[in-house]
Amino acid sequence: MSVTKEQVQERVVEALASFGPDADTITSSATFEELDIDSLDLVELAQIVEDEYGVVLKGEDMKELKTVGDVVELISTRAA
Amino acid sequence: MSEASWPPAGCALVTGGSRGIGAAIAKQLAADGWAVGVNYRSERAAAEAVVAEIEAAGGQAFAIAADVTDPAAPATTFQAVEQHFGLPVLALVNNAGISRDNLSPSLTDDEWDAVIDTNLTAAFRFTRQALKTMMRARTGRIVNIASVVGLRANAGQSNYGAAKAGLIQFTRTAAIEVARRGVTINAVAPGWIETDMTADVNKDLLDAVPARRAGTPAEVAACVGFLVSQQASYVTGAVLAVDGGLGA
Repeated sequence: MSVTKEQVQERVVEALASFGPDADTITSSATFEELDIDSLDLVELAQIVEDEYGVVLKGEDMKELKTVGDVVELISTRAA
Repeated sequence: MSEASWPPAGCALVTGGSRGIGAAIAKQLAADGWAVGVNYRSERAAAEAVVAEIEAAGGQAFAIAADVTDPAAPATTFQAVEQHFGLPVLALVNNAGISRDNLSPSLTDDEWDAVIDTNLTAAFRFTRQALKTMMRARTGRIVNIASVVGLRANAGQSNYGAAKAGLIQFTRTAAIEVARRGVTINAVAPGWIETDMTADVNKDLLDAVPARRAGTPAEVAACVGFLVSQQASYVTGAVLAVDGGLGA
């Protein structure tokens, strides 16, 4: 499967927005803490990513991710 | 939260639905408007009889064979039911259960493992599978069939009691984890219910029932029906005893 970083970015922003924060606050440098995205949200995001890109994000992967940009980068790299 | 219509655009799955309490639950949910997947392990004829009875009453049902202790069973069972009805599973009742009674000093590893695997581990795995869809649907109902024996000791059932107590605490914990996704997870704790499973259980327990009678599968199913209903949307992590006062 070939997917661009822009497509991943768009999907991640859409998913995160469904958890509460306004879409325009979800920038690459925004941290999950700032966005009030918690562990359950990240589990759901991982589920979406697995279903749609076949990329499995484990608990230890998620712990390392602090910002929206981090997660987009990781997914893009693994989906490539 | 309130949903526009109920049942939502989803179907129900009842494990161990071919007889006893499970069969009564399948019929109850079908009567409440759910399309119901009736899981069974070995009793195909009994499961098909449940399906036939539901269909005769104007409902929708589908019999699906699976040993719930098979780690692959949740994925394959959900897929089969969802494909059959063309709807995601938005109500799950973990009812499949077994007993292998023996006093603890002589309880075998096999008796212990079989009961834990079926009554606790399988319920966890089916719940995990269900949550994937329910969390994203922002609605869902999971009901775990526990037992009064998970709350009150009954000699000869240390394996069963441990599994059911574990199931109750799993229910509570998972419930708080996903509560804000509109998904509720509750347990029903039946007491002495007239089924094949209780036919040869130590009858001393019946003397302790304040209602002075055994309950029926339909009385348990009615409570499950409530917990799966729209009206129960703010009930989660609860344990509803259906035991004629035995655990009171």
